[in-house]
Amino acid sequence: MGEEQRTEIITKDDLVKKVSELKADGFRLVQIGCTRMEDIEVNYSFDRAHSFLNLRLAVPREGAELPSISGIYWNAFLYENEMHDLFGISVKDIAVDYEGNFYRMAVKTPFNPPPGGGEGEGKT
Amino acid sequence: MSGRTTIPFGPQHPVLPEPLHLDLVTENETVVEAIPSIGFIHRGLEGLVEKKDFLDFVYIAERVCGICSFIHGLTYCMAVEEIMKVEVPPRANYLRLIWSELSRIHSHLMWMGFTADAFGFENLFMNAWRLREKVLDIIEETTGGRVIFGSCKVGGVRRDIPDEDLKVIVKKLETYKRDIREITNVFISDSSVKHRFVGVGVLEKEEAYALGTVGPTLRASGVAQDTRELGYAAYGDIDLEPVVEKAGDCYARCLVRIREIFASIDMIRQAAGKIPAGPVEVKVSGTPDGEFFARAEQPRGEVIYYAKADGDKFLKRLRIRTPTFANIPAMVKILKGCELADVPVLVLTIDPCISCAER
Amino acid sequence: MRLFVMARTAIMSMVKRPATRKYPFGPRRKFYKNSRGRIDQNIEKCVFCGLCEKKCPTHAITVVRDEKTWKIDRMKCMTCGYCVEVCPVKCLSMENEYTGPSVSRKEDIYRHA
Repeated sequence: MGEEQRTEIITKDDLVKKVSELKADGFRLVQIGCTRMEDIEVNYSFDRAHSFLNLRLAVPREGAELPSISGIYWNAFLYENEMHDLFGISVKDIAVDYEGNFYRMAVKTPFNPPPGGGEGEGKT
Repeated sequence: MSGRTTIPFGPQHPVLPEPLHLDLVTENETVVEAIPSIGFIHRGLEGLVEKKDFLDFVYIAERVCGICSFIHGLTYCMAVEEIMKVEVPPRANYLRLIWSELSRIHSHLMWMGFTADAFGFENLFMNAWRLREKVLDIIEETTGGRVIFGSCKVGGVRRDIPDEDLKVIVKKLETYKRDIREITNVFISDSSVKHRFVGVGVLEKEEAYALGTVGPTLRASGVAQDTRELGYAAYGDIDLEPVVEKAGDCYARCLVRIREIFASIDMIRQAAGKIPAGPVEVKVSGTPDGEFFARAEQPRGEVIYYAKADGDKFLKRLRIRTPTFANIPAMVKILKGCELADVPVLVLTIDPCISCAER
Repeated sequence: MRLFVMARTAIMSMVKRPATRKYPFGPRRKFYKNSRGRIDQNIEKCVFCGLCEKKCPTHAITVVRDEKTWKIDRMKCMTCGYCVEVCPVKCLSMENEYTGPSVSRKEDIYRHA
């Protein structure tokens, strides 16, 4: 194992341009995921013929906003709705927007509790 | 003048095997648009990494889904092993391959039963599941459980299969081939089955690739992509060729899964011939620090586990993206323009596993 | 396009023995040697270290050291076998028959005599 996995750090403004270049190159969208650290790290993963590329950008924990890439990759709407429901990142202009009702949960944004409140045992 | 009616379909419906909700906008019994809605069994399993340490989490990773449970555990172990740079002994890799392929055979036989039930052919459903029982018996003999194997761990596998037992298993699978061929012949050549399958739900090749489809749904549209070609867990040592069909309709997806059953039986035979002797586990000490994306091929497609650790015994983040989550856009696209009576067949043809998709 | 491809299988299944057993009105299939079943405890050897309690993924085991009591909730146990692996004196073992069905919570208590 140990396939080649590359990670590139980009900024929010480059996102749409870089993703359009990858789509023209023949890459497919694998997943969009978030990790909660001091701020939230968003990973966009792409793959073409088993060569893996990861775009990483950081957004603040509260009031984060990202542009949507569902105009380029239509299947991104599922991941962006999930990001909004679990982490509270708001994404503008999603192709199919559930407006917070994708996962109907009793606790809003469970994976990103507000600092100083929410779960007492949460790791920061 | 035809108005549009919205029919809610699911999550409870006699013909729907999974708790998925679809709002079907129909015009005179033809579906114009379908809006999917999931989230009925969201358990938030990714949040449990904060409470269970990384060695114990294998038990939770296995229980994400009941059908593809071994490969979930396997991918989790691969992600942690790659972060900690643990070298798994070769015999463990071959055993993992054999169990993965047995998992695939039983999942495809189960899918065949569900699909036959969806268009009303209950006799075929029962016969397909009768064959599946024989495969589950093999699995129970070797691992102790029928669907939850409990045999993968970080650093190897928990039990061994002696070589004589492997020979017996290979011989049994060869005898089951004749019965499986009898049932799959019905899917391939019976005229009532073909009437429901051929030409229904066509997915073009470029569209399938652009929508991020994975697994047999993608391979039936002509794209030869199989995550097993990456060569994890001894797949690099055996002959492997992705099973591809060109038509892109339900019949092609059915053919791909049927041919994959026979390909899996062949792979088990090859692996049992080449398996080396040696230990099956290696001791793991210390805590992980780093990150990795581990990918594997489940019966439904490509599953990807992202694990991030920072030296603590609890992982920082575990992100699971299962193949059904990636196939839902494809399902929405093929539902446009179909007849209302074809909706259950089309939902089942992507092989949904909502328990995986929602963790 | 062929008709009645399934006819032969359907008629044969009417004539042959059924594939199912009439359990509980008939005998059960014998358990396999490797099947995972209930946990058995040899209480005389137990040293009440509590390792099995820490490692149990479902928290089914309770060890009370002062009273020398070892309890297991049969309905919570998922027969993973982790407690058997970590026990330092090997007093736990796994049978190959599962716990039978019951209508209430079943907790088995073993006391050091």
